[in-house]
Amino acid sequence: MNQSAIYETSIYRLKGWRKWLRYILLIIVSIIFLAPVFWMLSSSLKPEYQIFATPPIWWPNPPRWENFTEALTTLPFGRFAINTLIIAIGSVIGHLISCSLVAYGFARLEAPGKGFLFILLLSTLMLPYPVTMVPLYIIFSRLGWVNTFLPLIVPTFLGNAFYIFLLRQAFKQIPPELEDAALIDGANFFQILRYVVIPISAPALATVAIFSFQAAWNDFLAPLIFLHDQSKYTLQLGLSFFRGSYTINWAYIMATSLVVTIPVVIIYFVFQKSFIEGIGYTGTKL
Amino acid sequence: MQHSNIKRREILAFYISISPWLIGFIFLTLGPMLVSLFVSFTEWDLLSAPIWTGLENYRNMLEDARFHQALKVTFLYTFAYVPMDIIGGLWLAMLVRTRMRGVGIFRTVFYLPTVFSGVAFVVVWMWMLNPRGGLINLILAEFGIAGPRWLLDPQLALISLVLMSFWGWGRSMVIFLAGLMSIPGELYEAASIDGANAWNQFWHVTIPLLTPTLFFVLILSIIMTLQTFTSAFIATDGGPLDATLFLVLYIYKQAFQFFNMGYAAAIAWVLFIITLLFTFLLFRTQRFWVFYLGEKRE
Repeated sequence: MNQSAIYETSIYRLKGWRKWLRYILLIIVSIIFLAPVFWMLSSSLKPEYQIFATPPIWWPNPPRWENFTEALTTLPFGRFAINTLIIAIGSVIGHLISCSLVAYGFARLEAPGKGFLFILLLSTLMLPYPVTMVPLYIIFSRLGWVNTFLPLIVPTFLGNAFYIFLLRQAFKQIPPELEDAALIDGANFFQILRYVVIPISAPALATVAIFSFQAAWNDFLAPLIFLHDQSKYTLQLGLSFFRGSYTINWAYIMATSLVVTIPVVIIYFVFQKSFIEGIGYTGTKL
Repeated sequence: MQHSNIKRREILAFYISISPWLIGFIFLTLGPMLVSLFVSFTEWDLLSAPIWTGLENYRNMLEDARFHQALKVTFLYTFAYVPMDIIGGLWLAMLVRTRMRGVGIFRTVFYLPTVFSGVAFVVVWMWMLNPRGGLINLILAEFGIAGPRWLLDPQLALISLVLMSFWGWGRSMVIFLAGLMSIPGELYEAASIDGANAWNQFWHVTIPLLTPTLFFVLILSIIMTLQTFTSAFIATDGGPLDATLFLVLYIYKQAFQFFNMGYAAAIAWVLFIITLLFTFLLFRTQRFWVFYLGEKRE
């Protein structure tokens, strides 16, 4: 779909007072959406006695930057960050390899049983994690994997129904002529995947990479079950541990929450264009 | 001969390519499902051998007031959250679909909160809704209103969780935005030539063509909301007075705090059946209201 052509349509342009009304509305909604971020930032820079001050202090003067260094050293957050990064990068690699391979099979190859297997794949989306949670815990503890990152990384090399579905939709939109040409030149199916399909599916792959990174970075229930030693904690576990400790220091918690979120924000900004494009390409037809 | 050879190679290639998922499905999904189904008919604390108790766990659910509470909390939350998420996400997407200067900034602002993790998201709102020092009550105080205790009030805790979810509308916004972008512009031109105003265009062009996206978001949103865990675990631990005891939180507590593996597995299966039922019913309604462009109705 040619987007520039769509944009020429009148509905995408506003004129005169309607345009200003839209701007005012957008600014009001933006203020509401940004208020929590402002309050996080303001609270994270307050000395402890200002947190509950009456009348309220909207912005601390001078800001207390030491909160950040103090908050991040009360627990080994550097260690947590490395742990989370290992899991997140492992998951992205695992999902990209496994899901593009599986998606290619479902998008392009014909075989008996394919329809049934695809329905099976989609129905696993409905399976709540708690159903398999206890048996998985038993399996991974028998393998001696509890308290390691393996239960969080290894399954990503075995695919994920949602990402497979997204990539299949994207692969299906590639004109088959491209592959036919390669097939006639004697390429096998996996060479076609590697040299034809993957290079032109970059936006969809980027979308899956972002989803996967974000999901791993933000995952809470699985690390909570599988990681017990503090030295193995992820950032999210560290953050929740912080909250559960005796004296809640909101300045520290806000500082930590901000720092923990920043890497995902950066990733979003770097990939934002291909991200929204990618969703457009993959489509949402069930 | 040559032809059937290619055919055979293709079948082989198909099964090789899907083998990672197939292996994962058998060992990490199907196997564990069968194990958990078995466990749901037993009494088991993980340490000693499981004891077969038949339907005992399922019968206990009928009398377990906390399970009923968890069911109620999960349903109430889902019925409040899902429509809000869809209407809110669509509303934001409509606001930022227009081509005008700076619209990209607004898209980013609305999407930004969704990059906060479950834990950080909840922690921020615990602080925003804190009776003392939280921004919401401070603003209410500026208008002379004594703010409530929000998450600490049994009457308001669940409502607070629903209210703060608006901050995550950006997620469905981007999906709707992609859906809106794929609606051919000619349809709007044709509609406006026929004299349709913006309101009519919305109901007669946008909504019908967006139904596949709506259906997609609806299904995913329901499946995910039925499994709400982090917000309740972090913000309230199911309290006060079980006011936010979600099903998955209750399963977690039964499994990893009380070590009633059998009972936890049984509740998990009930949740699975509820999810299947919802999805099945929605798929049955699909042909009445979901319209795919370029597809003939059968």
